[in-house]
Amino acid sequence: MSATTDLHAIAMRPRDESARRARGRRRHLVDQAVRLFCLIATAIGVFFLASILVTLIWRGAPAIDLTVFITDFRPTTYGEPDAEKGGLLHAILGSFVQAGMGVAVGTPIGILVGTYLSEYARQTALGNAVRFVSDVLLSAPSILVGLFIYQLVVLPMGGFSGIAGGLALSIIVIPVVVRTTEDMLTLIPNTLREAVVALGAPKWKMITLVAYRAALSGMVTGILLAFARIAGETAPLLLTSFGNNVVTWDMSKAMASLPVTIYQQANSGFPDLIQIAWAGALMITTGVLLVNIIARTLLRKRI
Amino acid sequence: MKSSAIAPARRSSGSFGDIVFEWLCRGAGVFVLLLLGGIIVTLFIGGLPAFRQFGLDFLTSTRWDPVEGREQFGGAVAIVGTVMSSILAIILAVPVAFGIAFFLTELAPPWLRRPMGTAIELLAAVPSIIFGMWGLFVLVPFIQRNIQLPFGDALGTLPLVGFLFQSTNFAGTSIFAASLVLAIMILPFIAATMRDVFEQVPPVYKESAYGLGATRWEVMGGVVIPYTRISVVGGIMLGLGRALGETMAVTFVIGNANRIATSFFDPTTTIASVIAMEFPESLAGGLQQSSLFALGFLLFLISFIVLASSRYLLRPRLKG
Repeated sequence: MSATTDLHAIAMRPRDESARRARGRRRHLVDQAVRLFCLIATAIGVFFLASILVTLIWRGAPAIDLTVFITDFRPTTYGEPDAEKGGLLHAILGSFVQAGMGVAVGTPIGILVGTYLSEYARQTALGNAVRFVSDVLLSAPSILVGLFIYQLVVLPMGGFSGIAGGLALSIIVIPVVVRTTEDMLTLIPNTLREAVVALGAPKWKMITLVAYRAALSGMVTGILLAFARIAGETAPLLLTSFGNNVVTWDMSKAMASLPVTIYQQANSGFPDLIQIAWAGALMITTGVLLVNIIARTLLRKRI
Repeated sequence: MKSSAIAPARRSSGSFGDIVFEWLCRGAGVFVLLLLGGIIVTLFIGGLPAFRQFGLDFLTSTRWDPVEGREQFGGAVAIVGTVMSSILAIILAVPVAFGIAFFLTELAPPWLRRPMGTAIELLAAVPSIIFGMWGLFVLVPFIQRNIQLPFGDALGTLPLVGFLFQSTNFAGTSIFAASLVLAIMILPFIAATMRDVFEQVPPVYKESAYGLGATRWEVMGGVVIPYTRISVVGGIMLGLGRALGETMAVTFVIGNANRIATSFFDPTTTIASVIAMEFPESLAGGLQQSSLFALGFLLFLISFIVLASSRYLLRPRLKG
């Protein structure tokens, strides 16, 4: 807007040399100021990312040793050097079990919904409604999923359980997988679909044997991203699987998870427990960022 | 003749598979709709006893007293805390996100765009509990020592706005800390959305303006922003929706006090963090638990409206 008026003014008064120069200098100065601002803004963004990573490594790396991986919870040592140190084995196992269940339950549903949106209902009213609701669920507060599963599973079962935690995570998985599945299937050229159907194959075979194969790397990316997302989820697990101090495979009882254990130990006030929490935080962030980078590389290869 | 005898049989098995598969897919789609409906209904049923007991007072009362015998619950503090911390976060995050998006689309040399963009997106993937821990152990002590004391002294004596900087709370956990952590968390979402919509502006429009002698900022203000403003607002709403429902990062740094913050450095609470703090210890079926469900229902309504309008604003651009 300002650009057009300024340019207009310049065109209309070509002879007023000094005024034109002054205006030119001002425009140049404003432009330089905005550039500087953008540079600072980007530096701020990078600075925070770096600050978080440096803090994680600085406080987490010294805390990571073999004990962290092979021991479960021990009470604080109160600074006594020969007391038994605790670890995160129970939380690591619990996280894998619950996240595994979340992906196992959520992925098939998510893929079916994504298929429905891409292959059956691109422009129908029901399809648009499903797409909209799935997008809202993608950003909905995850703690409310915890409340939902609490009412639906925890209360009837009579207590916190790993099953409830896995189900809560599966609800978070569904919209992530829906989004990537639909996007990837939509990228497949229609000529491929027509070629398969022209050979006499029924539509369901066209989708499962050809379209899925063509979209495979993208769909795997979606599943990886969903896994990375739920690996760090804390709030829903706090209300569903709650946490536990020992190694257990029993999903019908309360179950530990890495994020919830970090939360509880970071707020415990004991320096040795806080240190273990930092070790867990470094583990989880490294894992999540690695999975994200792998997913990105997979996707880039395809495109 | 042989082949014609086989062909219909094959086709019918194919069409049977087609029917089954299509209904499987449609059923999964309907399941997603039911999921959202189920969440709304469940939260409402859970909160019903509290709504019955307190009525509209639940929205306006600031009393939150879980002590047995004189239980009294009002959600005003948590509701105000949620909205205020999120709006503050948006005010802090939007200019920075805009700067990053402008830098990534117009200013950065091409070799820098991809790694920078990836770095910003990776910031979005960091779990919220990590932001919470970083906030509690790094940001809060920094605010306590280097921001609250000098700013409180210098600005606290100002007329009219001085009270915003005065606080009797020196723990550092405050609504300001929460908003700052939230701002950092939603920064990558807003920046990535803005970058994507800025990139959708047809190059010929920008080139025309450059050809007339416009500077980069004039192209931004005169061409790119008018072209993309609806989507930009959509991206900001998406960030707002995220900030409203964020739980762990806020719980770590907001101080969790049931009082309305009158200063940036006062502790307060949000809906999500009061649920995270009190729900695991609340009695199943009790009035406190029901009040937390009622708060969850309100949070769902607020964030649904914000997220739905964000989707609506972003939709036409996504298709184009």
